Amino acid sequence: MRFEVYRYNPDTDAKPYMQAFDLEVERGMMLRDALLKIKEQDESFAFRHSCGEGVCGSDGVNVNGSNRLACITPVAELKAPVVVRPFPGRPVIRDLVVDMSDFYRQYQAVEPWLKRKEPVPEQESLQTPAQRARLDGLWECIMCGCCSTSCPSFWWNPDKFLGPQALLTAWRFLADSRDQGEEERLDALDGPYKLFRCHTIMNCVEACPKHLNPTEAIGHIRNLMLKKSV
Amino acid sequence: MTLIRKNFDVLIIGAGGAGLNAAVQLADADLRVAVVSKVFPTRSHTVAAQGGVNAALGNVDEDQWHWHMFDTVKGSDYLGDQDAIEFMCREAIPTVYELEHNGVPFSRLENGRIYQRPFGGQSRNFGKEQASRTCAAADRTGHAILHTLYQRNLKARSHFFTEYFAIDLLQDEEGGVTGALVMNIASGEPMLLNARATLLATGGCGQVFRTTSNAHINTGDGMAMALRAGIPLQDMEFFQFHPTGVAGRGMLITEASRGEGGYLINSEGERFMERYAPSAKDLASRDVVARAIVTEVREGRGCGPKGDHVLLKVDHLGEETVAKRLPGIRETSKIFVGIDPAFEPIPVYPTAHYVMGGIPSDRFGRVVAPARHGPEEVVPGLYAAGECACVSVHGANRLGGNSLLDILVFGRLSGLDILDYLREHPRHRQTDSASEEKAMARFRRFDQEGEGIAVAELRAELQKVMEDHAGVFRTDEIMREGLEKMRDIRERLDEVRLHDRSRTFNTARVEAFELENLVDVGMSIITSALHRQESRGAHSRPDYPDRDDRNWMRHSLYFREDDHLDYKPVRTRPLSVDSFPPKERVY
Repeated sequence: MRFEVYRYNPDTDAKPYMQAFDLEVERGMMLRDALLKIKEQDESFAFRHSCGEGVCGSDGVNVNGSNRLACITPVAELKAPVVVRPFPGRPVIRDLVVDMSDFYRQYQAVEPWLKRKEPVPEQESLQTPAQRARLDGLWECIMCGCCSTSCPSFWWNPDKFLGPQALLTAWRFLADSRDQGEEERLDALDGPYKLFRCHTIMNCVEACPKHLNPTEAIGHIRNLMLKKSV
Repeated sequence: MTLIRKNFDVLIIGAGGAGLNAAVQLADADLRVAVVSKVFPTRSHTVAAQGGVNAALGNVDEDQWHWHMFDTVKGSDYLGDQDAIEFMCREAIPTVYELEHNGVPFSRLENGRIYQRPFGGQSRNFGKEQASRTCAAADRTGHAILHTLYQRNLKARSHFFTEYFAIDLLQDEEGGVTGALVMNIASGEPMLLNARATLLATGGCGQVFRTTSNAHINTGDGMAMALRAGIPLQDMEFFQFHPTGVAGRGMLITEASRGEGGYLINSEGERFMERYAPSAKDLASRDVVARAIVTEVREGRGCGPKGDHVLLKVDHLGEETVAKRLPGIRETSKIFVGIDPAFEPIPVYPTAHYVMGGIPSDRFGRVVAPARHGPEEVVPGLYAAGECACVSVHGANRLGGNSLLDILVFGRLSGLDILDYLREHPRHRQTDSASEEKAMARFRRFDQEGEGIAVAELRAELQKVMEDHAGVFRTDEIMREGLEKMRDIRERLDEVRLHDRSRTFNTARVEAFELENLVDVGMSIITSALHRQESRGAHSRPDYPDRDDRNWMRHSLYFREDDHLDYKPVRTRPLSVDSFPPKERVY
């Protein structure tokens, strides 16, 4: 099977190029296995990866036009030639390795920690199974970046629009019965860019390897804002 | 190339649960904390922990930390230090409450309290009924905890050096630790980080084996750095093989699948654990279950066309329970074996999972090594916590749910102890120039030109040797042969060359450093294993089938210099309760 991978090493290459590799495909092979085979042939090929089972979120890449997690993408699902590129819209450091600083900065910008005004109890704070269930589909985010780097609004305004990942995280805390920072969180999301640059294109939902729904989370935040402003 | 130097109060190497829980204590106290990690913090392997964290909260059934302590001592096959175990089991309770207060999305019981599930090796009343002690966030507890701790550190403004690889520790003339030489992976540039205290929290080393639940990054970096600094590794012969890895691939299927009511069957459809552990059955300790599976397969009762695995059944629990309690392993099974465990059993076989041994440390996280005045003298300025450390709370076998507990309790406690240490040691120690030069020489090692052995080739060979010669069952003959092969690999390490010697994000260079670390750690495992002539916990020798308390109730210490071994006694005196004397270990 033919794989075409994006290559760029700023130390040696004047500009990026695509390089083809023909690989023997084995049963059950994931895209990460294919990238590792390429690396065996050419150790200078760089990409991030670690857990190999879709939980650490290191190996997001753009394959045949979609952002996916290489370690849980079966090669059998892909059409040849398999074209593997770095995430779109991010500065390339080398080969498939991109600079994700903007993405992490936006995550940090939503103050992703529990805000409490009252002192905490001696034991655990109580939360009913129903209250806890509101967090399902939110807390499982692995921060791979597949969503935000497939979002046109994020491509154009990565410094001003928070992007689907950070907004999903914002809602994860707004939805938590233990959080007491609702007002300041909503205030911080106000304005034309941070939240409202989302045009519900829904690329993020398509891209999420964990089947989460950032667009829905963004909708919930908008509804809550509306409710509070009435 | 200009060598950048930076000064911090504290240097933490590793951003998993242990490193982050230490960092937050220190950053909250307004100290200058540098956290160095070779991956973005939430990529650390804590993220992959599934089942949960043990604490005797008693949310489901009555429970006591003293029962938890008994189970842990018994699980350790009496090699764990009872003072540290008592301490960990008591600290478990406030530690879990603190996590909850920090935002961990634990699953909940109807009354709003943290959900707790039964896990292997757990009992009430000192070995009687099954306990439910493992606090869980579905089967993604490590993810929930790691992300929360990272978030907590963002709030505390810890300073992260993300994608920096630690090359070696720096020392003063007396061997005290003064920081580390690190490499910025993106630029390939070195940097000297000086600190008044350094914490190693670099996690495990499962990559020494071919089939493992461990991530690509688990290469024993901190352990190897300690070895090169003249510090021994303790109890490295004790390596846990998790009973239920996905057959042929190695990724983990959590013990929670059995905790929730799943069980194992062989090719005859027999629930074979009933023969090996009549009362605990599938929830016996991990070493017991792993040996049972290997025995079933060796005796011809394996499943599949090659008869090389057994089956794990959870389909009788119903789709709703599987979806609610085991969503992560359901996804993993679907993706990697094309099986939905809600309807079909999962093919499983033991997988290299966890190292009980590590850098010898006390219950405050201080690294201790033999010196003039005894076997446990503190190495000034150096701490270790988490899987890279050996306190020892797991002894010869770790209980499921005690790993997250270990990293959290001792990560936190080392943070707090470092606070005291810094008050008493207000000044930076002076790095010895020889130590700096040695570290820089290692940094330049793979600039060597010419043809040689490829990193991937030697790594594959090492992983195969370790799997074949230091696996679930070990005999003198098998290990002796393995040791020879490992020595040969170590010699050929000198012939390794990189084709790609460029600077920018050179992952080949990082993997070359990691290979060196794996070789050092692999040597410590097989050398310690060969010399321990008994079967205890995860160290199982058909040629010495019994535990030998008279000769071997002691900790091994492996030194890199001359592959020398030393021993020290087990601490059998707890802090406040009576000692649990060694007994026959049955489940």
